[in-house]
Amino acid sequence: MPHRTLPSIRRIGANAIDVVLRLGFAARFIGLTLAHSGTSFARPRLIIRELYYTGVLSLIIILVSGLFVGMVLGLQGYQTLTTYGSESALGVLVALSLVRELGPVVSALLFASRAGSAMTAEIGLMKATEQLSAMEMMAVDPIARVVAPRFWAGVISMPLLAAMFSAMGIFGGYVIGVVLIGVDEGSFWSQMQGAVDVREDIVNGVIKSFVFGVAVTWIALFEGYDAPPTAEGVSGATTRTVVTSSLAILGLDFILTSFMFRGM
Amino acid sequence: MGRSMLDLWVGIFVVAGMAALVILAFKVGNMSSMGSSETYEISANFDNIGGLKPRAPIKSAGVVVGRVTSIEFNNERFTAKVKMAVEKNFKFPKDTTASILTSGLLGEQYIGLEGGGDDQMLKAGDSIRLTQSAVVLEKLISQFLFDKAAEGGDAKKK
Repeated sequence: MPHRTLPSIRRIGANAIDVVLRLGFAARFIGLTLAHSGTSFARPRLIIRELYYTGVLSLIIILVSGLFVGMVLGLQGYQTLTTYGSESALGVLVALSLVRELGPVVSALLFASRAGSAMTAEIGLMKATEQLSAMEMMAVDPIARVVAPRFWAGVISMPLLAAMFSAMGIFGGYVIGVVLIGVDEGSFWSQMQGAVDVREDIVNGVIKSFVFGVAVTWIALFEGYDAPPTAEGVSGATTRTVVTSSLAILGLDFILTSFMFRGM
Repeated sequence: MGRSMLDLWVGIFVVAGMAALVILAFKVGNMSSMGSSETYEISANFDNIGGLKPRAPIKSAGVVVGRVTSIEFNNERFTAKVKMAVEKNFKFPKDTTASILTSGLLGEQYIGLEGGGDDQMLKAGDSIRLTQSAVVLEKLISQFLFDKAAEGGDAKKK
């Protein structure tokens, strides 16, 4: 029955071509964004405005989730460590898991769903209401005026948010471990300081969150810019932003971790 | 929202982010204790390093004086060559003993330095002659069992 299988095979081919086309456009898009970054750095007010919408407005969710993640780590870590009689290593456990993994990854996931989806919806709607075309008509490049400031705002705010997430989480672990459970405060901090290396752990965590920031904002801006100019198109693009960037964060995290922390 | 309020909030955000990074570096990491202080490198050959790892602390009298920089296998002497960076302001005599010790029962392993009486000091690139290997639990147990068995044999003879 070739008349039934043929269309489905044709669809696979069409989808594959579509994926490759979108990848090519995405690569061209980030190239254009980087090329037009100079003009947005010449007008830092645009970046500051976007920093407010991506960074400052994500603060509450990042700080509160950081605190709770740290408190859960404190509780769970204590439960496990106390079976080995080494609950004084609680600080090491909380700090290393936050600085190396949870800080960059969880804050990037939250950032993708809080700020990334908003970026996509905003740009998609700008496109649907033909604001982007209007800019082009006025000889204003929408990539330089709309996309590049948002890109840099995301890239700048992501490492800062991840650092705040980790710091808040360590404070949460401290509150649970030392204040409530009663782990010795001295060994909590001194073992942590003995085990956490600035270059090996903290700088690598910052590098991770920087890479995630680039990935999330790139995906969010591209999905918005590429969205079909309809209500459905914008909603689909917003969903795709969250799904694709979450997968990209987790995949990139594995790759980065395998390069940064093998052996040791 | 006015322009100045926007600037204020973004400023607060950036300052808070930087502060979080500084807190991580100084309070959580070991930036303050082992920062950019100058070090000199010495090495030591051990028969067995046990579970010693790079970046393990080097302590003398319980005070951290440096860190292990690298561990290599010396194929000529079948020993482990451990290179360590010791802070410049700590000097040790030539006949210093380096031993691999464990903090606590299951804790991390570190190198303990015990100064001798030589009036010449170790310089950069020098090697510590007197070393004591890590205690390997299996060897310790087998030796204990061997001694017990020997004791038992002696008792039977008598």
